[in-house]
Amino acid sequence: MKKRVICLLLFIIIFYLFNFETAFANTSEKSSWFRIDRLNILILLILFSTVILLYIRSAKKGKEFFIRKISGLEAVEEGVGRATEMGRSVLFIPGIHELDEIQTIAGLSILSKVAKITAQYNTPLLVPVRYPLVLAAAQESIRGAYLDMGKGEDYDPEMARYVAGEQFAFVAAVYGVMRRDRPATNVSMGAFYAESLLLAEEGHESGAIQIAGTANPEQLPFFIAACDYTLMGEELYAASSYLSKEPLMLGSLKGQDWMKVLLVICILLGVLFETLQIGGGFFYKLFIEH
Amino acid sequence: MKTQLPIAIAFLSGFIMILAFFSANPGMVNFSQNLLTWVTIVGGISLLLGIVSILKVNLRVISERGKDWGFKLILVLFVLGMSICGIIWGTKENTPFDWLFQNIQSPMMSTMFSILAFFVASAAYRAFRARTKEATILLITSVIIMLGRIPLGQYLWDKLPDYADWIMAYPNLAVQRGIIIGAALGAAAMSLRIILGIERTYMG
Repeated sequence: MKKRVICLLLFIIIFYLFNFETAFANTSEKSSWFRIDRLNILILLILFSTVILLYIRSAKKGKEFFIRKISGLEAVEEGVGRATEMGRSVLFIPGIHELDEIQTIAGLSILSKVAKITAQYNTPLLVPVRYPLVLAAAQESIRGAYLDMGKGEDYDPEMARYVAGEQFAFVAAVYGVMRRDRPATNVSMGAFYAESLLLAEEGHESGAIQIAGTANPEQLPFFIAACDYTLMGEELYAASSYLSKEPLMLGSLKGQDWMKVLLVICILLGVLFETLQIGGGFFYKLFIEH
Repeated sequence: MKTQLPIAIAFLSGFIMILAFFSANPGMVNFSQNLLTWVTIVGGISLLLGIVSILKVNLRVISERGKDWGFKLILVLFVLGMSICGIIWGTKENTPFDWLFQNIQSPMMSTMFSILAFFVASAAYRAFRARTKEATILLITSVIIMLGRIPLGQYLWDKLPDYADWIMAYPNLAVQRGIIIGAALGAAAMSLRIILGIERTYMG
């Protein structure tokens, strides 16, 4: 009850701050409250959310789900173990994008799991970041992981450090870390651009075992060529659920899979109907914003 | 409270952005745009956090005369130097800040970027070694694409550019779209987990 009141109060304060009466001043334009041209997206969103929520509900009831093995994630523990044996550090790069990018958040979720393993083995962890907000989030993520493992006293805020705001200055700084500290394991998870190959090749040169993941399809070939393991697209987003093994998180993954099946069916039907010129372009209209 | 409040903020912000996406009401659109402006403002203010982090990490090493302290001294001098130049003379053209940017920072960044050409060659060499069936297919495909993109390819066989275009427009695009659809669904599912407070590992 207390939480709901807090939420409601917060909502009212935010709306007041943003002068929401301007919204009500335009109620004469009845159609402007809802964009009918985005109805198809709304239907898909409701369907998607429903499927995911249903799977989360069945996960809550104790149903177990099969999730296929992702070798890149299985290798994380192996990589940290290698670093521990060699007495070297683990380098984690949560991408080069700001915190408003979902890939960065996915990267930070993986960082939390990696930090738990490094805390367990007392392995040094280095996390260079490009944005101060990501720095704050990374520090919190690592701190939480160390506290969870009962190693709060081993946590050092300097494990995550802001190195540079410019893209290639950031690359130069990470090169320095790879050359001087020679981490035994490099984990790069998040949004990467032109620097992906620069970082991966330098990591390969330094002899580190490399695990990378991004949802940017243009950068995937570089990671595949230069890294030992690569998480492709959706695997990056699934990583935190996979590593946590929490039924609620795994339930959402299963829901996502069913949506994929539905989309594949729609695409196949669309191809068939459009090729045969039947259905009045229904499937074509379904996937475009009018 | 420490975890509930961020989750509540994430829920409200996400919910408002979804509402704004489906609404054309000027008030609602304005509201969501204001939220995004807030993100930019918070990001700008947080730059101070970054500067504090850089100075804290590097000044400690310099004061202890630790490993590579000389490099760290140069870094600190330039961080402070560029900040002071920017504050005193501004960042417009023909200011000391602009001179430092154009003559030091920009060439150094270009140098870093240019290294990419060499790394593409070394990564391609490793990837294209025909050790397995898949690597052999990759090698053949890449040879067709690379030759098809240059005049020499057309000189050798005039149909080569057509084959290169076909590979890019069909098999390559199909795979890319598959990855994009999967990633988009993954991003949507993760966003839902964050909005509902199921995914909270990023908060520590």
